[in-house]
Amino acid sequence: MKGPSLMDSLFQRSIDDLIKSLRLTPPGTEPAFIAKAIEEVRREIKSSDPHTKSSALQKLTYLHSLHGIDISWAAFHFVELSSSAAHSHKRTAYLSAALSFNPATTDVILLLTHQLRKDLSSPNAHDVSLALSTLSSICNPDLARDLTPDLFTLLSSSKVTVRRKAIATVLRVFEQYPDAVRVCFKRVVENLENSDLGILSAVVGLFCELTENEPRSYLPLAPEFYKVLLDCKNNWVLIKVLKIFAKLAPLEPRLGKRMVEPICEIMRTMGAKSLVFECVRTILTSLSEHDSAVKLAVGKVREFLLEDDPNLKYLGLQALAIAAQKNILAVVENKDLVVKALSDSDVNIRLEALRLVMCIVSEDNVMEICRILISHALKSDPEFCNEILGFILLTCGRNYYQVIFDFDWYVLFLGEMARVPHCQKGDEIATQLIDISMRVKDARSQLVHVTRELVIDPALLGNPFMHAVLAAAAWVSGEYIKLSRNPFEIMEALLQPRTSLLSPSVRAVYIHSAFKVLMFCMHSYLRLNGDNSSFPSALIDSELVSDVEVDDQNMIVTNGRPLSASSVTDHLAQESILALVNLAEINLGPLAGSNEVEVLERSTNVLGLIKLIKPMLLGSLDNGEGDQTKGELKASETVKLIFDSCSEDLGPISVNAQERVLIPNGLVLKENLDDLEEICGDVKLPLLTSFSLVRPQFPEASSNVDCQGKEESEPASESTSLLAEHWKRHSLYYLAPGNTMATSNDYPPAHDPKDKVTDEAEDLVKLTEKSIITGKTPSQTKPRPVVVKFDDGEVTNVATNRTETKAVLISGAVNKVILGDEATAPSSSRRKPPKSRRVTDESSFGIAKIDQSEHSKAGLGGSKHHGHGKERRRRSSAKDKEHDRKDKQKSDKHRSRHRADKALEAQAPVIPDFLL
Amino acid sequence: MIRGVIVMNDQGNPRLIKFYEFQPPEKQQELVRSIYRILCSRAENVSNFVKADSLLGPNVRLVYKTFSTLYFVFIFDKSENELAMMDLMQVFVETLNKCFREVCELHVVFNFYKIHMILDEIILGGQVLETSSEEVANAVDAISRLEKNANSMIPSFSGWHR
Repeated sequence: MKGPSLMDSLFQRSIDDLIKSLRLTPPGTEPAFIAKAIEEVRREIKSSDPHTKSSALQKLTYLHSLHGIDISWAAFHFVELSSSAAHSHKRTAYLSAALSFNPATTDVILLLTHQLRKDLSSPNAHDVSLALSTLSSICNPDLARDLTPDLFTLLSSSKVTVRRKAIATVLRVFEQYPDAVRVCFKRVVENLENSDLGILSAVVGLFCELTENEPRSYLPLAPEFYKVLLDCKNNWVLIKVLKIFAKLAPLEPRLGKRMVEPICEIMRTMGAKSLVFECVRTILTSLSEHDSAVKLAVGKVREFLLEDDPNLKYLGLQALAIAAQKNILAVVENKDLVVKALSDSDVNIRLEALRLVMCIVSEDNVMEICRILISHALKSDPEFCNEILGFILLTCGRNYYQVIFDFDWYVLFLGEMARVPHCQKGDEIATQLIDISMRVKDARSQLVHVTRELVIDPALLGNPFMHAVLAAAAWVSGEYIKLSRNPFEIMEALLQPRTSLLSPSVRAVYIHSAFKVLMFCMHSYLRLNGDNSSFPSALIDSELVSDVEVDDQNMIVTNGRPLSASSVTDHLAQESILALVNLAEINLGPLAGSNEVEVLERSTNVLGLIKLIKPMLLGSLDNGEGDQTKGELKASETVKLIFDSCSEDLGPISVNAQERVLIPNGLVLKENLDDLEEICGDVKLPLLTSFSLVRPQFPEASSNVDCQGKEESEPASESTSLLAEHWKRHSLYYLAPGNTMATSNDYPPAHDPKDKVTDEAEDLVKLTEKSIITGKTPSQTKPRPVVVKFDDGEVTNVATNRTETKAVLISGAVNKVILGDEATAPSSSRRKPPKSRRVTDESSFGIAKIDQSEHSKAGLGGSKHHGHGKERRRRSSAKDKEHDRKDKQKSDKHRSRHRADKALEAQAPVIPDFLL
Repeated sequence: MIRGVIVMNDQGNPRLIKFYEFQPPEKQQELVRSIYRILCSRAENVSNFVKADSLLGPNVRLVYKTFSTLYFVFIFDKSENELAMMDLMQVFVETLNKCFREVCELHVVFNFYKIHMILDEIILGGQVLETSSEEVANAVDAISRLEKNANSMIPSFSGWHR
């Protein structure tokens, strides 16, 4: 193919021209422009003139790097240009390669090997640097294997910059080709004692990366690192050394004892915040058992938190979070600042603070903390508000509400959370409401009170995020209606017109709850009447009856009727129960034609019940005797039957419950049911829509509605308006004035509207006051109610307490890695993770083995079993006498491995020499 | 280890993208876009760190800073110190200032190769090499001189090339 003409070369666009025109292209036409430019480059790139080619490559690489254009097709041209004698062309080629080659898939990388080797041994330091940085970018196992000898040479280069870059490159080479460790490791270690700061910094940086994976292997080097820690005054180096020690200290407790003093000294004397922060982090993560050091570190953290710089504040909070894992007091001491950070303008800081606040939640302070948090939530943006709510729910619900002592307070608080304007945590709140209702019997009466407030508030129905909560509230109201002070009011709430805003599934819950309420009222009524009628008196639970009497009177009061004499109760109860039945009938009648199956089903249920009981009610109202009594008796028995079936307490069920059920004889669970297909094949499942056909109405019921519609609709609307009025009067708290049954509120309401106004400082003072006594358990006014839970591990960690879970979360993973290594390490390479260990060709590689004694001679402070320096034979032995000597001790792989084992055993006694 | 360095302007246009582990171009562009979205949403005078677990895996975070119209972003993992990274960014910007005299976005736009050259002197394979802007500027000067001399010696037509 013909290359570009001379004219093309002469009038070639430079990269600057390209950028200029690219900037001038109107928006939207860029892709077209780039495509054109690429076409141009395709022609130019074939030029044999390196200058033209280089320009073309520059443009190409620019488009690739910043516009994401695929240039893998040009890979070979990069290789070609890299051999140019001009440094600038070489640089272009290498940079292009570094930016665009994929080490795993670009196959022309191998063609670069020769050129890289040439440049690595170039006398020009800049060529060498360029080659090194390219190697570290595109390093793959083959490249690493082939260039290891050259890298080895460079590790003792007399040029500081070259040596530095060579050390940095070593990391990639080790990663790609673990056998390189044998060759290079010793030289790398030697550089630890170099006086040049740049080189030291590079080596320490390299070890910092290496210790990341398998710190135990580097324990023998501790003396060297320790020397650096004492002698070096450079912040960068010290930071990296601290990071290394942070990983080594947990492995060797004696190391920690030695480290603590120098680190504290650095923390006291050095000014650089980065270094101080690193010291703090090292102490809090790895030296947390040294109390005085921790104290000093926490003091520094406090200084960070007091700074105006948001970065320091943020990092300070993170450090506290580290401290909190082992030492919760550190957080408690700084509680004031943490709480203050909750209202920081930076969302990072707020989130960290929130996490910390949740760390210190205990049964003693959960109320205060939740109160403060909810007032923050109301002030915050929706996103953070939901973060707060989520954290509260998570913390309070953890481990079966472990921190909650006062469930009455907590359910009230759940109700408050549901009402927070931006709340999107409805699902979780709903789950907890139902969960508590089943697990905590003592909380039920308060729960019914809370859910009542939710259910009767028509405003909540319009908020789709509330629907889950409302469903739970409706369920609780229906399930525990016997604890309600006013079932009639609940009934009105469940049937209010705005329920049409609910989703069908929630609505079905509402209707079913209404069914339960109606059942309950009927049952109570019948029992009440049973005294002077034929109702079997043995069944009457005297306590319940008295309850109902009170209820009925309450209802009278709320309905504003001037009747209070108990003598009229009977008659009145009868009237009101009829009103109730009619209310249900009017509201549910239309739903019997709903095209939502669940809604239709449930409302039909209720209507069926009404059909059953209405004649009885009407009959007794008319005082009609005779055959009416028979019907009544029958109906009342049915009511009792249904009521009994509904009134059985639902409890939580262990997840393992099913397993404990014995499989009955003769039941084969794993039987193949395919045969059923043949039998049932022709029976077609009805489509869902077929349910939407309007069911035949109950003629009797509808006629009743017709004739009574007028007078019945009146009380209904009257009561709703009364409800609304009442609602307005008592705002958030729907507590009847002077209600003796109200639970004594000896705790502050979860969120008083006033709190919005109260100064945050006040909260702080209270909280810090409280913090003084957090250690002790304040006298609980009530004993903690029983929370039903199962021992058989409903959730995996029933017994774990807070500190334990955290330890497991954070340090567990680390410990596992370390312990796991101990088991596997001895036989294989201890320096590298055992990935991709290659069995190398013994004929081309001589195994130079470094003997144990050799090590100590080499002045590396003890046994370093990195030995097995592998060297290419053809690489002159003169270069490294030591290696030659060791070649004598050539041994087979098995034996060398055996030695490594021994070496590991010998490791333990080595460190003590230094430490003690 | 430093995972990458990104420079982009306040419109989200990348000016420099360098990852120290291979990332396919599409992924690079996507990362730039998601990082830009995060940075945009952040107010002024807030902390400069962002957790980037969702973008690049656990324990990876980034530090950013605005210099006039440019965002400088360093992506790094837990073996780097956060504040040291901020200092390093400062070193990078100082060096740019030394090399271009009052650096502005246009310098960065039109000196693609030189910016990479400068960065390569500071970071190699994700490890910090040099932290003195003085030294870096000297090294870059030396390379530029070398290139100039070499270029004047080598004729640019193919026929003459040895």
